[in-house]
Amino acid sequence: MTRKVLMKGNEAFGEAAIRAGCRFYVGYPITPQNELVEYMSRELPEHGGTFIQSESELATINIAYGIGVAGGDCLISSSSPGIALMQEGFSFACMAEVPIVILNVSRSGPGIGGIQPGQSDYFQMTRGGGNGDYRIPVFTPATMQEAVNTIYGSFEIANRYRNPVSIMVDGMMGQMMEPVVLPEAKAPLAEERIAAEKPWALVGRGTKPTRNVIKAYAPNTTILETQVLRLFKKYESMEAELPEAVLTDVEDAEMVFVAYGSAARIVAEVMTILKERGIRTGLIRPKTVWPFPNGAFDRLGERTKIVVSVELSMGQMIDDIERAVRGRYPVRLINRAGGIIPTSEEISRIAEEMIGAYR
Amino acid sequence: MKPIYEKTIGMTEAELSYCPGCGHGIAHKLIMDVLDKKGLLGDTIGVSPIGCSVIAHQYMNVEMCEAAHGRAPAVATGIKRVHPDKFVYTYQGDGDLASIGTTEIVHAAVRAENICVFFINNAIYGMTGGQMAPTTLIGQRATTAVLGRDAVRNGRPIHVSEMLATIEGAAYVERVSIDSPAAIRKTRKAIERVVEVQQRKLGLAFLEILSTCPTNWGVTAPEAMSWLRENMIPYYPLGVLKRPEGI
Ligand SMILES: Cc1ncc(C[n+]2csc(CCOP(=O)(O)OP(=O)(O)O)c2C)c(N)n1
Repeated sequence: MTRKVLMKGNEAFGEAAIRAGCRFYVGYPITPQNELVEYMSRELPEHGGTFIQSESELATINIAYGIGVAGGDCLISSSSPGIALMQEGFSFACMAEVPIVILNVSRSGPGIGGIQPGQSDYFQMTRGGGNGDYRIPVFTPATMQEAVNTIYGSFEIANRYRNPVSIMVDGMMGQMMEPVVLPEAKAPLAEERIAAEKPWALVGRGTKPTRNVIKAYAPNTTILETQVLRLFKKYESMEAELPEAVLTDVEDAEMVFVAYGSAARIVAEVMTILKERGIRTGLIRPKTVWPFPNGAFDRLGERTKIVVSVELSMGQMIDDIERAVRGRYPVRLINRAGGIIPTSEEISRIAEEMIGAYR
Repeated sequence: MKPIYEKTIGMTEAELSYCPGCGHGIAHKLIMDVLDKKGLLGDTIGVSPIGCSVIAHQYMNVEMCEAAHGRAPAVATGIKRVHPDKFVYTYQGDGDLASIGTTEIVHAAVRAENICVFFINNAIYGMTGGQMAPTTLIGQRATTAVLGRDAVRNGRPIHVSEMLATIEGAAYVERVSIDSPAAIRKTRKAIERVVEVQQRKLGLAFLEILSTCPTNWGVTAPEAMSWLRENMIPYYPLGVLKRPEGI
């Protein structure tokens, strides 16, 4: 029987990783994800795993890269400014094709900003602040259960593509408690099995005829272009295989909201309120924001008059929405910044005014 | 007939592309020869961060990865935690270790990671073309200090080994040189010791190797050896700063 347990988000995220077989975690304290660092420091050693409190997020990503090149399954986590410090390492790991699972429990910026939940890291996560042509999948779960399932599945995805994979949740999800069904515990990858399961990993050459070397530096343009093209073949498969969105009532809607994570939870309430006021609304909730679920927007029909992005930022996802909509509908923004969570009533009022102009 | 010198199988067949008189080649061969003699080549994982020796893996015949500029001790930490019984080392320049990567080396030492760090101090930024390094000597010319390093304007050179020796987790710290056959023989012995420190899991083993960069020092290869001896060694005294019992 599957039993529901009540857990705090950050702790559930850690437990999901452990159950996925992850035995390596590296982190540095930053609110609102401290409970995850603390949870891993307690729980991982109990499971024969390795917890490292690093000296900085720069070290976090580079220790994780070391764990990755050695064939270990590693989770790292941080919050917005900490993720900013890791970005050189993200680019490096993509070039060197090293799997790492990255969790951003985001707060609001810019700068050190505030510790309140925000979604202003959308560009940071989807565009990357690291240098060069690289891509990292970004998953955006909206419930604790979904976050747990996503983290649980992310190690397999990172290993399959030999690429970092990221999960972006905001501080609200890290801090709240919700009942979850924890997935079945998988056995971790034993050190003796690494060479067989990850033949590219560094384990020492032993008696192998060829040795493994993991590189991120390209000594000439031909080598670099060849590698970038190879990476982009991989990113193309990600674009074909990974995009996901949950669609609610979109076929019939005159107003289609687009929201992910915590914002999507508020929009669900907004839809009930607006229905009572005679407005037909729908929701596209991206579960991945890179690759963006462009196909979801082809499901909108002739009844749709307006697409509205609801974001806890000054509007970042809206760029991707515009691209997916390709001029077929007007795209507008309802948002708050600074870590302020708008109420469903506040959004409903703005939405009602908005639709008035398009009816 | 007994050969008096044989190329170690720890080095690949590739021709070294370092400049004539550069100390990297000597340091590479010494480290690889020791690992070969100790039978460790098959159990070794090396990390080469950015710097002229980012391509060390073309020559060092062991499994290796590159690391971002300065981050090798963090990367080696990760590798060692996955494979605690493999021999794990970093090979870092002075720009890499003493400037951009000071935090990573200090904290790898604080954590007493069981890794070996080979610190190639040539008192200059080689790869980027001769800019001042934290280790550049007072009066030494660099492209970012064309009149020579000035203590007031540029600060004084850092003694990395002395600094690390103050950290408890740094089990072994020594400074050696490659300026003469005698110095090279001593360096070889020192490499044997740092390898042993890791094999016995005693903590971080750190070997600073004073080295040459004739190209960016603006001298010939033989002059570089004398320059190192006459200028670097007086400022960076050779010797063991710290050693655990029994090593
Ligand atoms: C983040 C970052 N900053 C700067 C550089 C440019 N860079 C490459 S090598 C190097 C210095 C290398 O000097 P050193 O570590 O002393 O090694 P050497 O080349 O002398 O062997 C610098 C600054 C870089 N690659 N990455």
